[in-house]
Amino acid sequence: MAADAVAATVGSLRPAEARRASAGLWSDALWRLRHDPTTLIALAVIVAMVAVAIAADLLAENFFHKGFGEQSILDNYTKPSGAQPWLWLGTDELGRSQVVRLLYGARVSLFIGSFGALTAFAIGLTMGLTAGYFRGRWDDVVVWVVTTLNSIPILYLLLIVGVLFRLQPLPFALLLGGLGWLGIANYARGQTISLREREYVLAARTVGCAPGRLMLRHLFPNILPLMIVLTMIEVGQLILQESAISFIGFGIQPPTPSWGNMLTNAAQYLGKAPYLIYPPGIAVFVTVLCLYLVGDGLRDALDPRLKSSR
Amino acid sequence: MWKYVLRRLLYAIPTLLGISIIVFLVTRLAPGDPVRLYTFGALNVTEEDIQGLRAYYGLDQPLWIQYVSWITKVVRGDFGMSLQYHQPALGLLFERMGATLQLAFTALFLQLAIGIPLGVMAALRRGSWVDNVIRVFGVIGHAIPQFWLGLMAIILVSVTLRLLPSQGVLTVGKDIWDVPDRIRHIIMPSFVLALAGIANYSRYLRTETLDVISQDYVRTAHAKGLGERTVVYVHALRNALIPMVTALGGILAVLVSGALVVEQVFTWPGVGQFTYAAARSRDYPVIMAGVMVASTLLVLSYLIRDVAYAIVDPRIKVK
Repeated sequence: MAADAVAATVGSLRPAEARRASAGLWSDALWRLRHDPTTLIALAVIVAMVAVAIAADLLAENFFHKGFGEQSILDNYTKPSGAQPWLWLGTDELGRSQVVRLLYGARVSLFIGSFGALTAFAIGLTMGLTAGYFRGRWDDVVVWVVTTLNSIPILYLLLIVGVLFRLQPLPFALLLGGLGWLGIANYARGQTISLREREYVLAARTVGCAPGRLMLRHLFPNILPLMIVLTMIEVGQLILQESAISFIGFGIQPPTPSWGNMLTNAAQYLGKAPYLIYPPGIAVFVTVLCLYLVGDGLRDALDPRLKSSR
Repeated sequence: MWKYVLRRLLYAIPTLLGISIIVFLVTRLAPGDPVRLYTFGALNVTEEDIQGLRAYYGLDQPLWIQYVSWITKVVRGDFGMSLQYHQPALGLLFERMGATLQLAFTALFLQLAIGIPLGVMAALRRGSWVDNVIRVFGVIGHAIPQFWLGLMAIILVSVTLRLLPSQGVLTVGKDIWDVPDRIRHIIMPSFVLALAGIANYSRYLRTETLDVISQDYVRTAHAKGLGERTVVYVHALRNALIPMVTALGGILAVLVSGALVVEQVFTWPGVGQFTYAAARSRDYPVIMAGVMVASTLLVLSYLIRDVAYAIVDPRIKVK
């Protein structure tokens, strides 16, 4: 059965790829990625977005000549136009430049998404690895925590937290990450449980390898590849969650612009300035889409056998 | 079988307790003293009065005693009175439950009715343009923010084309049994809510179908001369659908959570919208009850999923 699958994969590979000698997981993956235009384009879009978000201050000051909170009441409700750079996406009810706000929104969204996902990765990895390795009581506790958190609709919980606390981007990212590690932990735990029965783990243990070292040096590198994929997808999911909770008014609070709260504003002035509703939504959609595409592409590159069935 | 159901029911108890602890802690550990907030600005309130009020409401007790007295009431269905409506919080939520379930089940139906055929189609025409379109749609469906899609739908369908109403369950003044009018109202929100699930199901079923049709018994069915349709729909699909039951639990989670935002966009008078309104006016009993009700719905859906899985795939009980 397994041999069949491998044969089928080899058969479906392009000739060039079949001819190339295998050179290790990461360099193979890199090689496959270079031949996957969809993933490369998606990756380029993300890199561009990150660059623009980091350079938001510079661009706002030197190119657009407007701050994100700078109001210019006389220019309110200006339709998008090419006349001046800061009017590219028009202005809102206070005459604030939408391009500049979108840039700063990118900063908030990308920060929350990536920082939250890193948090989720760290928690999920620790919980999953230790639970899968030690089993017993600790495993029961972890499984209980995972099932419990899994049964709370996250948006409802964020609603409570949002009512009671004013969330700044950093705690918000930590909170989202602290709630979003369940899938990653599940994967790490499942993989660890199956890997710990392998001969090489037994061999390491026989020569006196301590549990900590065993988990870090022997188990972790084996589960890392798909963990990266899951974390990538998590970034996208967290950006979606952030925009949803900010949209209903309990996430990032104005005047700090985030794509979510820009949309709240846009929905309010839908009749007067319908053009406001498109850019933030498209920004969220494109970012999340590209993250998912990169995640998918990475998965295929890291484990080409999956591609034949998926 | 009943033993399994019973055991699964017992497992739900620690989960629900865990949820209640989280909800309780988050609410109680928030900054701000409710008694001081309540008496703020009143001139003749002494420090003694404040202590008295605190004792009256049990707020001077240790946290765990407060939790125990809260949870014993909650178990009996008593979340306290809504601060805004002066009616039992749970009762108010139950009045809105119908609308939420209506929306969620319509969306679930759409997901199955659209997602399954799409997935099978993609698998059977693997590598063709149909397959590619369905796969692209599968990724896009996940990446669109639901609330934004809702707004876009309203702009296009309600504002520009004037085809469907943009909010509510019923046109004001119509009879509550006016089914065509209700259907016109539910189309947009349920589609928006269903989209992610349609994408999910089609992706999932594509993989499953591909797995199944490469198996020996399907080849046997082909070999003994059965028609393509019989092989796919009678032999292959049956087994491909089994793991779909597992996906059901996750989908319900998305539906319950998503309903919060979608109900908001389409002013759908359900549990989500009510909890949101309560959150706006800081009506704590209702917020806490809302989260507990939504979570209980989820726990129940997971339970149903596991039991259904045990029914369609008896091997699971052994584990």
